[in-house]
Amino acid sequence: MLESIPIEAILFLFLLATAVVIARLEDLFAAAMLTGMFSLLSAGMFTLMDAVDVAFTEAAVGAGISTVLILGTLALTSRKENQQKTRIMPFVVVALTGTALVYGTLDMPHYGSPGTGPVPAAGNAVIHHHVAPEYMKGTEKYFGLPNMVTTVLGSYRGYDTLGETAVIFAAAVGVLLMLAPPATRREEETEQEPAETEGEL
Amino acid sequence: MKTSMKMQEKVILRVVARACIPFILLFGLYVQFHGDFGPGGGFQAGVIFAAAFILYGLIFGLGKLRQVVSARTVEILVSSGLLLFAAVGFATLALGGNFLDYRVIDSHSPKHGLHYGILIIELGVGITVTAAMLAIFYAFAGRERRA
Repeated sequence: MLESIPIEAILFLFLLATAVVIARLEDLFAAAMLTGMFSLLSAGMFTLMDAVDVAFTEAAVGAGISTVLILGTLALTSRKENQQKTRIMPFVVVALTGTALVYGTLDMPHYGSPGTGPVPAAGNAVIHHHVAPEYMKGTEKYFGLPNMVTTVLGSYRGYDTLGETAVIFAAAVGVLLMLAPPATRREEETEQEPAETEGEL
Repeated sequence: MKTSMKMQEKVILRVVARACIPFILLFGLYVQFHGDFGPGGGFQAGVIFAAAFILYGLIFGLGKLRQVVSARTVEILVSSGLLLFAAVGFATLALGGNFLDYRVIDSHSPKHGLHYGILIIELGVGITVTAAMLAIFYAFAGRERRA
């Protein structure tokens, strides 16, 4: 019986359990660790779906850097969440949105469907007949590289990757502008910093 | 950071971190330059590379990390990666191709041009991502805990 349960379902169950526990935990340190686990489980899901590059990113960013940044933030605030009244309205909104999203997926092509039949029916991934076959053929013909994710990111969609890098650059600049004191004031500023922190956290 | 002050006294953490960091850096380089043959690429490599530095900063303290990579260096690297990427685009323009058309880089073999182009732009992505992660870590970890 156990063999008939797909591993995806088990991973999803773990993901769900982790998410519920994170939402219910009051110890923020444990919650931070669990978000790392959540990312690692997501990375497992992506690996199962053969999206190794995405899994790689999720494991490195989600489970690695994000957890460290959350811990760094925790070092600045308290370890415990403030007591909050249980409110029913947010739960209803989230449940309704979730139901709507799941309902929306019913029309989507099934996972891994080749898309050979008539277009409108569910179970046909039209996207697989658009540019994707061209990219796959081209990767072999023009590049001779085995990883087509790289060829798509680096060459076919080079403009987008340039834009993405610009976004990362902008993000870093934004964080530096908001959090780091200006270089000229860096030494004398340390006295004032705690006062600034108070407003934001 | 207060936590890092305490961590400096933990012998096991220090020894294990010291043993791990070279391998993390090596793995980062592998992911960076092997990205067109295996999974990975500039983005993942950048994060892994930054993780090695951040681990060093967590264990040995932010001051030590600042000695290795100063905040100024990080600021310069953040922009130089993006500039390297864009420069490849303009170089291909100058060589008579379209923007980011790597085939013109190697006049003998367009295939090699594509390989070089991808390798260089991935390096640009890697540099920017590493520096961006470090910049964010510096900004977070450099703040004092409020009284």
